[in-house]
Amino acid sequence: MGIDCQRHEFDVIVIGAGGAGLRAAIEASAQGAKTALICKSLLGKAHTVMAEGGAAAALGNMRAEDNWRVHFRDTMRGGKMHGNWRMAQIHAQEAPDRIRELEQWGALFDRTHIGRIHQRPFGGHTYDRLAHVGDRTGLEMIRVLQDKGVHMGIEVFMEATVIDIPVVDGRAAGAIAYWRETGRFLLFSAKAVVLATGGIGKAWQITSNSWEYTGDGHALALRAGAELIDMEFVQFHPTGMIWPPSVKGILVTEGVRGEGGILKNSEGERFMFRCVPEMFKGEYAETEEEADAWVAGDHVNYRRPPELLTRDVVAKAIMRENEEGRGSEHGGAYLDIASKRSAEDIRRKLPSMHHQFMELAGVDITREPMEVGPTTHYVMGGIKVDPETEETTCPGLFAAGEVAAGLHGANRLGGNSLSDLIVFGRRAGLGAAESAKALAKAPAIPEERVQVAIAEALRPFDNPSGENAFEVQAALQALMQSKCSIVRDQAGLEEAISGIAALRERARRVSVQGNREYNPGWNTAVDLRSQLDIAEMCARAALMRTESRGGHTRLDHPDSDPAQERIENVITRDGDAMRLESRKQPDLPEDLAKIIREGA
Amino acid sequence: MALRKFRIFRGDSRETGELVEFEVECGEGMVVLDAVHRIQAEQAPDLACRWNCKAGKCGSCGADVNGKPKLMCMTRLSDYPEDEVITITPMRAFPVIRDLATDVSINYENNRRLPHFQPRPADFEDGEFRMYQWEVERPQEFRKCIECFLCQNVCHVLRTHDKHQEFIGPAFFVRTAVYEMHPADVGDRREHLKEHGGIGLCNITKCCTEVCPEKIKITDNAIIPLKERVADKYYDPLRWLLRKLTGRG
Ligand SMILES: Cc1cc2nc3c(=O)[nH]c(=O)nc-3n(C[C@H](O)[C@H](O)[C@H](O)COP(=O)(O)OP(=O)(O)OC[C@H]3O[C@@H](n4cnc5c(N)ncnc54)[C@H](O)[C@@H]3O)c2cc1C
Ligand code: SF4
Ligand code: SF4
Ligand code: FES
Repeated sequence: MGIDCQRHEFDVIVIGAGGAGLRAAIEASAQGAKTALICKSLLGKAHTVMAEGGAAAALGNMRAEDNWRVHFRDTMRGGKMHGNWRMAQIHAQEAPDRIRELEQWGALFDRTHIGRIHQRPFGGHTYDRLAHVGDRTGLEMIRVLQDKGVHMGIEVFMEATVIDIPVVDGRAAGAIAYWRETGRFLLFSAKAVVLATGGIGKAWQITSNSWEYTGDGHALALRAGAELIDMEFVQFHPTGMIWPPSVKGILVTEGVRGEGGILKNSEGERFMFRCVPEMFKGEYAETEEEADAWVAGDHVNYRRPPELLTRDVVAKAIMRENEEGRGSEHGGAYLDIASKRSAEDIRRKLPSMHHQFMELAGVDITREPMEVGPTTHYVMGGIKVDPETEETTCPGLFAAGEVAAGLHGANRLGGNSLSDLIVFGRRAGLGAAESAKALAKAPAIPEERVQVAIAEALRPFDNPSGENAFEVQAALQALMQSKCSIVRDQAGLEEAISGIAALRERARRVSVQGNREYNPGWNTAVDLRSQLDIAEMCARAALMRTESRGGHTRLDHPDSDPAQERIENVITRDGDAMRLESRKQPDLPEDLAKIIREGA
Repeated sequence: MALRKFRIFRGDSRETGELVEFEVECGEGMVVLDAVHRIQAEQAPDLACRWNCKAGKCGSCGADVNGKPKLMCMTRLSDYPEDEVITITPMRAFPVIRDLATDVSINYENNRRLPHFQPRPADFEDGEFRMYQWEVERPQEFRKCIECFLCQNVCHVLRTHDKHQEFIGPAFFVRTAVYEMHPADVGDRREHLKEHGGIGLCNITKCCTEVCPEKIKITDNAIIPLKERVADKYYDPLRWLLRKLTGRG
C-alpha cells in the first residue's frame, strides 16, 4: 500500500536542533518524556552555531543597576512597543538563570576581573548585558546544549527534513519526514510536537542565512491550522559584508560596534550623530569626544555612541547615506575599528571577524575599515504562542526560537535571540511534556494523510524536464529583494504578491534530475513550497500595515501610526489560501506601563 | 569573469564513482564553495555537498581540494593559478554517501561515549563558578572546534589505517581537553582516553594541527598534555592531581 516508511513513536518530538530545539528537547527529556530531536543538517550546524555577539541577560555583573525591568524596557522599546509584553517580561526575568544554567553545564563564558561572567555592550541595551565568548557565543551555546542533550540520551535524527505535521481530531499528532541521505520517508507519531525550525531569510538575495532558512516551520504551522503574526517584520541587519560579490550578505557582528567600531560615509563623516530618532533623543553621545570616553570604558559618566542605536535605525541610516550619494565604493558604509582599538584588542575580542575579513576579503581589520551594508538577518514574525507554555493555537503543537513570534515586536535587539532560545525553548519543552502526559497514546495518523504528503514531495520527479528548483528559488530571491525588502510601498508589494503567485506556477512545474539520494535539487524543490508560503505571508502582512515601524518601512507611509502600535496582523490558512485579519493586542498592565514611562 | 575548470568526484562509492569535469564562470573573491554552488544551480542540480554558514563557522563543508583537506567556503579560487584545474573529492577518511557528502556518523558516536562535564558545586549562590579569564582561556581554545573533522580526515591513524573503532581521533582529544582542562571540572578521563580513545596510537605527527581551520594547536595543547596525564595515572598519580587542580600541564 503506497510508499513504505520507517515508523517511530515518541512522547515529544522536537523539530529543529538549534538552541531552541535543543533546550526544548533537554527539558522534555528531563520531565521524563521519551523525546526525539529532528534536524535538516548534521547536529551542531544549525544557525545558532553562527551567532557571534552574545546572549542578553540582566545578570548585573557589570552594573548592579541592571535588572529585569531595565531589560524588559529595552526590549519593548527596541521592538517599537509592538511586542508581547508578557513574553518580554518572562524573557527578561528568566534569561539570567538560563545563562547560569549553561555555565553549570560546562559553558566557558569570558570573565570579569573578579571571575564572574563578563558582559559586553550591544545596540539598544542600556547596560553592558551580553554574556559572550569572544565573537563565537553561538558555537559555545550549541556545543554545551548538544553535549548535554546527547549525554541525556535524547534520540537524534540528523539530516531528516519534516514535510508535514498531520493534525488528528484537531491535535498535532506527529510529523512526516524524509532522510536526506536515502530519500526514504519517516513517520513520527507523537503526543506533542515542538517546532524550533528557525527563520526565513533564504527567500532574499542578500542574506546572512543558510540553505536551511526556508521557513519550513512557519509553513508547516500554517498548514496545521495555527495562527501566525507579525510576518511583515523582518530584520535587515545594518552590517553585512558587501565586497567581494561572493561574500555579500555574510554577517559582521554588532560586537564590532559594541567594541567601539564607528560608521563613516564616503566623505569620512560619522553620520550616525545626525540620525538619532526622537524616541531615543538624549540617550546617546552627541560628540566624538563623549563617544570616545565611553569606548575607553567610562560607561557611567558618558553616553554610548550612536552607532549602537537599534538595528532598524542604523540600517535605514546607511540606506539614506547611499541615496544621498555618500555611500561607500560598493554601496554601503565604512565600519572602522582600527582607529579605535589596538590591533591586539581587535584580535582578542573579535577573532572570527578578523579571520573572516582576512580570508574572504583580504582586508586586515586591525588596519583598514570594513565595507558593510544591510543584509536580511532575522524574522521577528512567526507562530503565535501562549507566552507561558509556548503552545500555538493548534493544540499539541508548540513553538520556540526564531520560528515563534511576540517577544521582539517590530525589531529585535541584538543578543535577545540567544536568550530567547533558552528561555522559551525550556518552556516549550516543559509545555510539550505536560501536554503529552494528558494523552495515553499518540493519536493514530491515517495512512491516507501520509501518502498524500509523500506524493506531494515526490511530484517533481514526475514532471517533464524543465526548470530546476534553483532557478525558481533565485527568481523568488530577486523578487523579494527588490519588492519586499528594507523599504516597501504599495505598488511594489502588490507586484510581489502577484509575482509570488506566478512563481507558484513555475514551482509546480520544476523537474528534478537524478534520484532521491542526497539530491539538493530535489530537496530545494520540496523547500520551495515553504519559501513561497512565507514570502506571501510577508508581502501580504506588509501591505496591510500602513505605517512604518521597526523593521517594516513603507515609503508611502513613512511615519509610525500610534493607532497601529498594538495591532497585529494575524494569518491563518483558509483552504488553499491565506486569511489575514488585524487584531488588537491587550494593552500593558499598569505596573509594566509604568516601567516603560518612568524608567526602571 | 573567467572560465575555470573543475574536476569533482561524483558517485555513491569510491569504487564506482568518477571525476567529472565542469567549466564555470568565476569572478572576484569567489571561494571553492561558490563554484560548487554555481555548478549545482546551472549544470548539476543533484550534486551533493554540505554547507551552512559560508563563513567558516559551522564546519559543514570539508572536502579534499587538490588532495588537501579544506573548508570549501574558506578556500579562495585565487589561491590556485588560473590555469590549474581544481579537483574536489570527498574527505578521504570517511565513507562516501554521494558526491562530496560523506558518512561522518562515527564521530557523533564517539562523542556520545566521551565522559561528560562533571562540575564541582557552584561558587556563587546564583550558580556561577568563580573562574578567571586566564583559567578559561585554555579550554576556550578547544571550544573553537567547529567539528569539521578535517583533522580526523588527515590523521594517518584514521585516513590510512582506518582505525576508527580503536581511535577517537584528534577532534575528540580536543573535545576531551575542553572538559579535562575546564577549571570547574572534577572528572577523570584518563582511563577512557587510554582504553577507548586509543590515545597511545597517536605518534604526534602534528598533521592534524596543520589542517585545523580554527588554528587549534591540537597536538601541543590538547594531545600532549592529555598523554602526560594518562602517563601520570599509571606512573605518578600525585602529579596528575596537581595538574588537574592547578590547571597546568
Ligand atoms: C550570522 C548570525 C549571527 C547571529 N548573531 C547573534 C547574536 O550574536 N546574538 C543573538 O542573540 N542572535 C544572533 N543571531 C540570531 C540567532 O543566531 C538565531 O536567531 C537563532 O540561533 C535561531 O535559533 P533557533 O533555535 O530558533 O533556530 P536554528 O538555530 O536556526 O535552528 C533551526 C533548526 O531547525 C532545523 N530545521 C529547519 N527546518 C526543518 C525541517 N523542515 N525539518 C527538520 N528540521 C528543520 C534546522 O536543521 C536547525 O537544526 C545571529 C544569526 C546569524 C545568522
Ligand atoms: S598528531 Fe596524532 S592525532 Fe594528530 S595527525 Fe598525528 S597521529 Fe593523528
Ligand atoms: S579540531 Fe580543528 S580540524 Fe579538528 S574538527 Fe575541530 S576545527 Fe576541525
Ligand atoms: S559552510 Fe560553514 S564552514 Fe563552510
